[in-house]
Amino acid sequence: MASLFGSRDRIDDLLTAPAPFVKRPEQNKGLLHPQRFMNMFGLIVFIAAMVLPFISATPYIISILTSALIYVMLAMGLNVVVGYAGLLDLGYVAFFAVGAYTSGILSTRLGWSVFETIPVVLLACVAAGIIIGGPTLRLRTDYLAIVTLGFGEIVRLTANNLAITGGPSGIHGIRTFSFFGWSFADGATLFGIDFNSKVLFYYFVLIVAGGLAVIGAARLGKGKLGRAWKSVRDDEDAAEAMGINTYRVKLSAYIIGAIWGGLAGVLMGSHLTAVSPTSFEFLYSALVLMAVVLGGMGSTPGVIIGALFISLAPELLRDFADWRYLIFGVLMVITMIFRPKGVWPANAMLPWLHRRSPMRSAAERDESDEAVVVTVPEPPEERRP
Amino acid sequence: MAKLVIDNVDLFYHRVQALRGLTLEVNEGEIVALLGNNGAGKTSTLSMLSGLYRPKSGTVTWGDRDLTTMQPWDIVEAKLLHVPEGRRIFSTMTVHENLQLGGYLVDDQKLVDERIERAYELMPRLRERRNQEGGTLSGGEQQMAAIGRALVGGPKLLLLDEPSMGLAPLIVKQVMEIIKEVQAQGTTVLLVEQNARAALRIADRGYVIESGTVTMEGAASDLRTNSKVIDAYLGA
Repeated sequence: MASLFGSRDRIDDLLTAPAPFVKRPEQNKGLLHPQRFMNMFGLIVFIAAMVLPFISATPYIISILTSALIYVMLAMGLNVVVGYAGLLDLGYVAFFAVGAYTSGILSTRLGWSVFETIPVVLLACVAAGIIIGGPTLRLRTDYLAIVTLGFGEIVRLTANNLAITGGPSGIHGIRTFSFFGWSFADGATLFGIDFNSKVLFYYFVLIVAGGLAVIGAARLGKGKLGRAWKSVRDDEDAAEAMGINTYRVKLSAYIIGAIWGGLAGVLMGSHLTAVSPTSFEFLYSALVLMAVVLGGMGSTPGVIIGALFISLAPELLRDFADWRYLIFGVLMVITMIFRPKGVWPANAMLPWLHRRSPMRSAAERDESDEAVVVTVPEPPEERRP
Repeated sequence: MAKLVIDNVDLFYHRVQALRGLTLEVNEGEIVALLGNNGAGKTSTLSMLSGLYRPKSGTVTWGDRDLTTMQPWDIVEAKLLHVPEGRRIFSTMTVHENLQLGGYLVDDQKLVDERIERAYELMPRLRERRNQEGGTLSGGEQQMAAIGRALVGGPKLLLLDEPSMGLAPLIVKQVMEIIKEVQAQGTTVLLVEQNARAALRIADRGYVIESGTVTMEGAASDLRTNSKVIDAYLGA
């Protein structure tokens, strides 16, 4: 025992690293490599979404799918704020409103094409992120939640009362996207197939939401900035001890969330051709937050599932008429009871993607390990009086 | 070269005095153990060194740097790293991400990867657990991850606050071995411990502090046989 901590010159050979307890099998290779499998899976889902309009292209289906994709984008943005950085934001819909109104006002009053409004929307979102986040991100936990809730309401009430935002009736007649004189409304014929404007817009949203929102946010989450966000979420003091400027890191998460929300707002305005304050009630902040929490905070597949669920469930449950929100609520309670970390928690792996070490019998263990032998002295026989 | 010198320092938390004329030094390449009872001022000393609290009087210098005027993040950047009490692992991040985060201020990504590799060599258990969330590790593994995380930052001086806290004796021994190896690889260590026996085995020198003042100092081997230390900290 004592020799382990013996004289200095022997330290090198004494400190050979102890052998691992269990020999773990190698990671899967080829198609079953966890990361590659998930990427393939994502690609398949994306292709399925591309093919869908060929199977059924009724305006109703296309319309709810477009909304669902916009919700995916919103949820990915909120996932950066809540899932990665751990900042409970109850007023996320404020950024959605900033994006939708900025683009709506510019396109209806100044006659800009919606596409041209995007740079201004980005600036407006960054500004809104700094204005809201700047002072509030010094707060933590519950206090932050309350302040963001307040800001969400301020934005909605302002839109409700200003003349330029059209007051309670909002803005109407927002046109669809157009690029250099060609607009989705013109339709297009490719390979002998006619695509109407709604389907074209669906594809556009799919590419923006799938490409920019999902892949962009997921990659950010895996990078250096993403790790910094997660560390702030886990333990802010320890993150500071690692040399992270926690305030700046939190603000960056907030601004990125704002950009995602704002762009989703542009898409939504163009999709519905109108924006009004009722689209930005607290309910929607709560719904998007639900998508993130229900799906799995900080988990890309989880958040996509959550967003699809909250946007499609009310439609799928339409047959239940007045009961549908009740059923919706019950489903969510059940999910939270059985999957408390979300449907697909962060860092979760599909069971067939990781190989576990087989349970070894005691005999095998004796052979392969230099086991630490602990001898337990026989207890002395009890003496009976 | 870079010698840490704490000279006659008084530290207050409002009106409560935590350190009274504390004087100690750590030479480059040493492991120095800082022993003392609960409330003696051990953690206060470390917090002051990391720039979290400012002394009311006295000087703290590390090489030619004056630590009393530096900001906490500048101190981290200068490679004085603090492994706080209770491990403070990022519990929902994987072990690998925890280690990568230790290199947050290191711009050279290759160097970070190299250091992570070295940490894995030193603590193979961490390599086994690399994709596991930090919060699911055992206490000893978490302590290893916390030390590993600090090592990835490339510390010149490592402050360890009670690395043995709550660990089984066998694991304490492993952790102490790791600290010894860290020193062998060229890092100076200031080790705060309640477990005087374990700390004095690996330390070169030791200080015993009581009520914020050094009451005993000397070579670790002397302290280990000193009757007062035996009575107070080692138990007969």
